[in-house]
Amino acid sequence: MTVALERPAIAAAKPARRRGFSLSAVTPYLQSAPLALILGAFLLLPILMIVVVSFWDYDFAAMYPDFLTTNYSDVLGSWVTWKTYLNTIKFAAIVWVLTLFIGFWVAYFLAFHIRTTAMQMVLFLVCTVPFLTSNIIRMISWIPVLGRNGLINSTLVHLGLVPKPIEWLLYSEFAVVLAMVHLYTLFMVTPIFNTLMRIDRSLVEAARDAGASGWQVLWNVILPLAKPGMAIGTIFVVTLVMADFSTVQVISGGQSASVALMMKNQMSLLQYPAAAANAVVLLVLVLLMVAGILRIVDIRKEL
Amino acid sequence: MTNTKETKTGISRRSLLKTGAAAVGLAAGSGAITGFPTIWAQSNITLRQFGTGVSNLNAIADKCKADLGITLEMTATDSDAAAQRAVTQPDSYDIADIEYWICKKVFPSGVLQPMDVSKLKYYDELVPLFKTGKLTPDSVIAQGTAPHTVGFVEAQDSKVFAKAPTNWFTMVPTIYNADTLGIRPDLVGRDITTWADIMDPAFKGKTAILNIPSIGIMDAAMIMEAMGNIKYADKGNMTKEEIDKTIDFLIKAKQDGQFRAFWKSFDESVNLMASGEVVIQSMWSPAVAAVRSKGIACRFQPLKEGYRSWGGGLGLAAHLSGAQLDAAYEYINWYTSGWVGGYLNRQGYYSANMVSAKKFMTEDEWGYWIEGKPAKGDIKAPDGTVMEKAGALRDGGSFEERMGHVACWNSVMDEDRYMVKRWNEFIAA
Repeated sequence: MTVALERPAIAAAKPARRRGFSLSAVTPYLQSAPLALILGAFLLLPILMIVVVSFWDYDFAAMYPDFLTTNYSDVLGSWVTWKTYLNTIKFAAIVWVLTLFIGFWVAYFLAFHIRTTAMQMVLFLVCTVPFLTSNIIRMISWIPVLGRNGLINSTLVHLGLVPKPIEWLLYSEFAVVLAMVHLYTLFMVTPIFNTLMRIDRSLVEAARDAGASGWQVLWNVILPLAKPGMAIGTIFVVTLVMADFSTVQVISGGQSASVALMMKNQMSLLQYPAAAANAVVLLVLVLLMVAGILRIVDIRKEL
Repeated sequence: MTNTKETKTGISRRSLLKTGAAAVGLAAGSGAITGFPTIWAQSNITLRQFGTGVSNLNAIADKCKADLGITLEMTATDSDAAAQRAVTQPDSYDIADIEYWICKKVFPSGVLQPMDVSKLKYYDELVPLFKTGKLTPDSVIAQGTAPHTVGFVEAQDSKVFAKAPTNWFTMVPTIYNADTLGIRPDLVGRDITTWADIMDPAFKGKTAILNIPSIGIMDAAMIMEAMGNIKYADKGNMTKEEIDKTIDFLIKAKQDGQFRAFWKSFDESVNLMASGEVVIQSMWSPAVAAVRSKGIACRFQPLKEGYRSWGGGLGLAAHLSGAQLDAAYEYINWYTSGWVGGYLNRQGYYSANMVSAKKFMTEDEWGYWIEGKPAKGDIKAPDGTVMEKAGALRDGGSFEERMGHVACWNSVMDEDRYMVKRWNEFIAA
């Protein structure tokens, strides 16, 4: 729309229009070309290839270009897939609730209780300190904490609180959820903090002047305005959990399955078409989830 | 080997190189050129090699540069990534260091070219295991994807594996070993003699196996057979019914809480054992050494049913030709000429050419690692740190005793699709 408004002005200023070619007409395309090319080459094309391969046939030694739906019927017709998806979605839901709750309060504290901007930034940076080490290391560091002879168990046994080490701390679903919450909470904190910082403080004052209690302000003013940030955080967390296989693999000790882990097993024996079909199903599901979130919350307010 | 300043012949070789790579190959192959190391120094040949971390070591690249003048660019990955790279990115490497079981899948995909046996200087010295499947003339051929079954193809342009040795070798064997269960002798509290012991209810919640389907299923098969549940025609190539029985058994054991974890990487297996999370698990020999190096008792326990074995080899990328191909042959001949062999033997693996490797090991090292004799002095790791004190004895004994008791090789089954499907069920159960 802006382009349409600008064009006559530019055209009037430059009589070059006679040549029948207007640079300004292609400018927006040129401007968007680099990103479009990068996304096309490195995102759309690979995805397209995965979709194509997912219809191919294969045997133990090679893949054969074809159009078969057996890969999909194998994926969708197996109870393993359904169970694994249910399991993965369960993890996603639990981790989402926990990270949203923790993330919101951390962001709220940073945005409304810390007075100076400098201190806010310092504390926010403190939140990011764990990111100085790799994801894997932060994840693995839970093992000596939760293990049979780990920190928690040895403390509990030493204090006489439990007669023998608690087994379910590590290599259990509890451990997986704990590690994921630890790993992904910051992805919630950052966007929520961002939205909270944009809230006009006078709105809060106005609410108070109108007699609203602290909870009412929170519920009726801050929460609705924080929704875009929560939505962005949700997208981060949900997509991360859905595609996560290393945390599930390492922290559950391989006792729990995840969708990505199934794909990994297939790829280890070079069964690409099957893995591709799995990947497409996962992609569709995640896109549907993201679309659902976007329908509920308009994150464009944030952009 | 270290004579790199033989200028006179060097010049003639250089000019040869210029007149045509084919000529060099011919000359090198026919043995007309002796003391070959210098030629590559001037030609700046680089070979890109990838493979598992066990044999893609910087020390080998450094020594290769010093001896041959060939720059070796090494990429170390895990076995899964190596297999995938071999097939999906054939232009990204010149030498593939992959395992024999996956070679069964990789070679027919056409990304590798067979080697001309007559160009392999040390072919005759290679351990017969890789040519006939037998370590000694009277040994029994093990089940699974035994290296010799995927070791040869019919002709240069063939992708069909030959039944008997031909002139076309798929891969030069480099490194191999026999795997068994690792135990914590201080925590198991009894003698472990069979694969079935991992299912002993006494170890409930303290055992682990691998979560690499093609290897884990073999461990499970060893256990099943040891328990007398089933007798496989070929553990490495099960029928659907056999796969079902094996997986059902695993699922039941999992639901009964027999396992503490399923590990996927070397480090995981080390941590499981070192932390005491498990006391008995399927394990790799260097992982046992890693646990022991932390001062924790750990044994690579020989079992009466024998070992589950694996092996890796160097394959030539299909795109190699001319001078590059010659350099690759040169490199492979160097690889089997002894130094690397000694190095790998000292890491606890076995090298394909024992004859030449022996020349690069001390008598005591040879006695400890290969002959199963008690160490006379301290046994040192390649980096110079003391690995074993004097008097130590290698678990499982001599090379013959270990490699002579291989029950099966890591494998790819004909029913691998079904196997992975069922394996995923096991993990999801």
